[in-house]
Order: sequence, then structure tokens, then C-alpha cells
Amino acid sequence: MAEVKTKGEVVLNRVAIVAVVVALIVMLTPIYWIASTAFKPRSLATTVPPTVMFEPTLTPFAKLFTKRSQLRQPVEEDVYEAAPWWEKLIYDDGEQVVKNRKTGAITSSGYWDRYKNSLIVSIISTFLAVSMGTLTAYGFSRFKVKGEQDWLFFILSTRMLPPVVVAIPMFLMYRTVGLHDTHLGLIILYTAFNLSFAVWIMKGFVDEIPREYEEAALVDGYTRLQAFWKIVLPEALTGIAATAVFCFIIAWNEYAFALMMTSRNAQTAPPYIPSQVGSGLPDWSVIAAGAFLFLLPVAIFTFLLRNHLLRGMSFGAIRK
Amino acid sequence: MTDVMTRLEPGSRAASRGFSDLTIRNLFIIPTIAFLIIFNVFPLLYSLWTSFTDFRASTTAPANWVGLANYRELLNDPFIWRNFTITAKYVLISVTGQVVVGFGLAMLLNRQIPFKGLITTLLLLPMMLSMAVVGLFWKLLYDPSFGIINYFLGLGKFEWLADPQVALYAVALVDIWMWSPFVMLLSLAGLSAVPKHLYEAAEIDRAGPFYTFFRITLPLVAPILMIAIIFRTMEAFKTFDHAYILSSQPTTELIAIRLYKMAFLEWQTGLSSAFAYIVLIMVVAITNIYVKYLNKAKAR
Repeated sequence: MAEVKTKGEVVLNRVAIVAVVVALIVMLTPIYWIASTAFKPRSLATTVPPTVMFEPTLTPFAKLFTKRSQLRQPVEEDVYEAAPWWEKLIYDDGEQVVKNRKTGAITSSGYWDRYKNSLIVSIISTFLAVSMGTLTAYGFSRFKVKGEQDWLFFILSTRMLPPVVVAIPMFLMYRTVGLHDTHLGLIILYTAFNLSFAVWIMKGFVDEIPREYEEAALVDGYTRLQAFWKIVLPEALTGIAATAVFCFIIAWNEYAFALMMTSRNAQTAPPYIPSQVGSGLPDWSVIAAGAFLFLLPVAIFTFLLRNHLLRGMSFGAIRK
Repeated sequence: MTDVMTRLEPGSRAASRGFSDLTIRNLFIIPTIAFLIIFNVFPLLYSLWTSFTDFRASTTAPANWVGLANYRELLNDPFIWRNFTITAKYVLISVTGQVVVGFGLAMLLNRQIPFKGLITTLLLLPMMLSMAVVGLFWKLLYDPSFGIINYFLGLGKFEWLADPQVALYAVALVDIWMWSPFVMLLSLAGLSAVPKHLYEAAEIDRAGPFYTFFRITLPLVAPILMIAIIFRTMEAFKTFDHAYILSSQPTTELIAIRLYKMAFLEWQTGLSSAFAYIVLIMVVAITNIYVKYLNKAKAR
């Protein structure tokens, strides 16, 4: 009897494994499609039937960073030979890089500027949110605060508002004080957005550090600040790192605020990349190349964060 | 002052060195609260005021007080109610889909499977990536002539986004793809917490798989699943990014999209502020429920 059951179990397990593999393929196909399109020449990006096997090329990346125009006539041999590898790729695709007539400097596309904006805004706002959030989490974790639950609810509730609701008055205020379309304007918004998240997550991490550690330090003659700096912070380092990566990802991915609060100068990559599709026939391989470079850091961070994803996504409520 | 101390005796030497605990507590907490009040509460008070005016941010005309006229106009506007109906339908489709797919995946993964850790992380990838950028590529996947979805499913030239009847489902499908991993993640935590001896006892009692599922698995996972459902409901209610990028059909005009258009494309600042307040009240209500469940789960 028992043996029959284990056989059934084995079969069931095999079925489950097959189902998991199928699910994995279905879930990852869209991501694979972005990544693979980024390495396709334009002619293979939108074929019927879809091109699965192809020779990868860096042409989309060469195009991504430059402004280009159609080649009217084939490029001269010596010009082609003198061109760097990435320019050759663009020539091969029947296009040429737009250059300044006088200086000969290449004109770059807006991509790198937007990417840089994303980096600046995400890194600074993450730093601010995590520093303030850690202190506040410690405050709530270790000291008695009147109406603690209400304050924590207030802190969380600021994050639950739809971006548009906050964006309407913020837009008017920013326009008055000249923060519209500035890095600082976005940094403030993302800091506020991530601060509540950081407080909630960090409170969970700080709660887990035994109070006895600090109390021993206090007895040994440390002040409360020294104990916090030398005992609590090193203990909380993993938590702080995980929180920082989460905050970075949230700021990096943010779209709605960036769409409403920036137009050119401070525009980040998320509103910029979709704006490249426009009307007509978009060059999907270039757009995919831009998306690939944009998604890559988060994909890597996801693997680094894998043991903290549950805690992060549940605002620190559920731990393993 | 004594009520600030947690464990140390208030009179002890250790507690009186350096800054007092009360000072440190205030130093640590007040900046955060102040920051959030200045950049979240204050703007909301400002927009509460504009919601009672006919202000338009595109003109320099001064705002006139119109009392409750904006709210009256919104609540009597059949088009706004259509946005609410669309949103409700969208939330229902996407959250149901996420629970079914996510919980299903969790059930599959909750057994002995090789490379389980790696597979779980890979499955979680969609929810970590930018909704706007990944959402955009569903335009490519959904394309009626060269999209891979139609090709692999053999659907011919099926219009996913151009057909007003289908577009909402297409947008919801992207949401399901993106956020099923979230439900899966929480369900896995719930499933792994179910004590093994319950299953052993059920086996001894010769309980069938259905009985085991409905009487043991589901009730024990329910609290955590509930958190996932409320959280996703709240987030789906606010959906903007990929829905705005993927479709401009009136049938996919969710509340957040209508609000965005009203405020930033039509520049009806006063009216949109009033609309934002109606949405705000609904979100706060759902958040309240959410936090109640969070605290319940924490207490366990």
C-alpha cells in the first residue's frame, strides 16, 4: 500500500516539475524577448514568423547612444575604413551618425542623459530615505512613542496614495518655487515615497536585534548614540543594505511622478523609453537595447536580494 | 520622561550619559514625520483648497471659490462612473488572475523540486522590473501581425489592444503576468509555515487530497493570502504605468489615467483635485483594512 502511494507521489512530483518548467518558460519569455531583441539587427526585430535563432549584434546599442540619419548613397570606402567599430555597424545598417558640421563631434541621443538622471535621482533619494528611515525605525523600535501605531499608519499611508493624487498639488508648488523638472524636485518626491517604506522595513530589522546588546554597551559606559553607532548599526547592516537596494529599485522603476514632474532636464529613463516608440514604425531593436541596459541592474539586484524579497514586498510584516 | 525609557532604570548612570533618550528619540523620529508632513500632508491640504475652486493651472486667471460644485459635477458625471466601473472590472480580473496563477505556482513549488531556489528567484523577476518599460514591450508581444503571442498561440491576426472589448483584458493580463509572482511569494511563505504533522495526521485519517486542501492548507494560508489580495487590490486600483502606455482606448481608461488626463492634459486643476480627493478617501479606506490584516499577521 505504502509503495503504491510513493509511486503516485513520484508521478505527481514529475507532473509538478513539468508544470514548473512550463510556467518558467511562459513567465520569462517576455523578458527573454526584450533581451534578445536588443541584440538583433533591425531587419530581424519584427519578422513573421518571429526570429528565434540569429547572430547577435551590437548594432542596436551603437544606435541607442547616437543620433542618426539615413544614408543617401553608399559610404566612401576610406571613410568607412577610418570609422570606429560602432560607427561601421551603423553604416552597415544603412544609416550614418549625425555629426556637427564644424567640429565633427557626434550627436548623442538623449538616452545616456536620461540614464544618468535615473542614477542621480535614485542613488541620492535612496541614501536619504535609508538614513532617515533607519534612525526613525530605531526610534520607534526602542523608545515608547505615544500613539505609535497611529504614527506608523500615518507613515505608511503616505506611500499608499496614487502618485497622481500627490502630483497635482506638488506640480503647482514646484512650479511656484522652480523645482519643476529639476533633480532636486524628483529626489524630494522619491525620498518621501521611499522613506515610509524604509521606516517599515528597517523597523522589522531593528526589532530583531536583541536589546541586550545595547544595554550591555550602555552599562559599559557607552552613550545611547555610541551604542547605536557601534552596536546597532553594524548589526543592522544586512538589513540596511537590503532596504537600500529595495529603495533604489523602487526609485529606479518609478514612472508616474517622473512623467508628470519632469519634461527634459531631469527626465529619467522610464518616461523616456516609452516616448521613443511614438507613431509609425518604431525601431524595436534600439528600444529593446535601451530597455535592456535599464532593466539589467534591477535583474542583478533581484538575485542579490533573493532572501529578502518576501520581507521587502510585505513591508517587513512577513519574515522567513 | 520616564515613559520614554524602555528597560533601563531612569535614574541609572547609564541612562543619563550623553543625550537623553527623549532627545534621541525626538531627533530620530521628528525629521521623518516633518518631512512627510511637508511633502505629503501639506500638498494635500493645498489641493483640498483647490478642489473647491475653478482653478486651471494652464492660465493665470485667479481661482474662484465654487464651493462643492466640483464634487457635485463629478458625482453626477456618468463618464466618471464609467471609469470607476472599468477600474472595478480591471481590479477583479487582475487580482483573481494573480491569486489563481500565484497560488497555483506556490502549490507547485511547495514540494521537492530541483533548483527550487533559483527557479523561485527567476519567477519573481517580472515583479521587480519597471512596469512602464516592461509593459511597453507587451505592445511588441501583442502586435497583431508580428507579435509572438499570436504566433505561438496560433491566433492569426487577433487584435489585443486595438479591439475595445479585448483591450482591458490584455492590460489586465500584463498585470497578472507581473504580479502573480507576488502572490506566489507570499503564498509560499504561508505554505511553508503549515505544520507538517497536520498532513501526517490527515494521511493517517485517510483524508483525500481535496479534504486536505480545503480543510488544512487553505485555512492556514488564508491570512497571508488575504494580505496579498488586499495589497494587490490596492495597487491594481491605482494602476497607471503600463495601462497608460499600452492602450489609449476609452474602455481601458482607469481612474488614475482619467485623473492624469484631467489634471495634466486638460488642465482642469480644481476639478481634478476634487476627483483626487474622492480617490484618496477610497484608498485610505482600503489601506486601513490592509494595515489591520498586516498587524494581525504580525501578531501571530
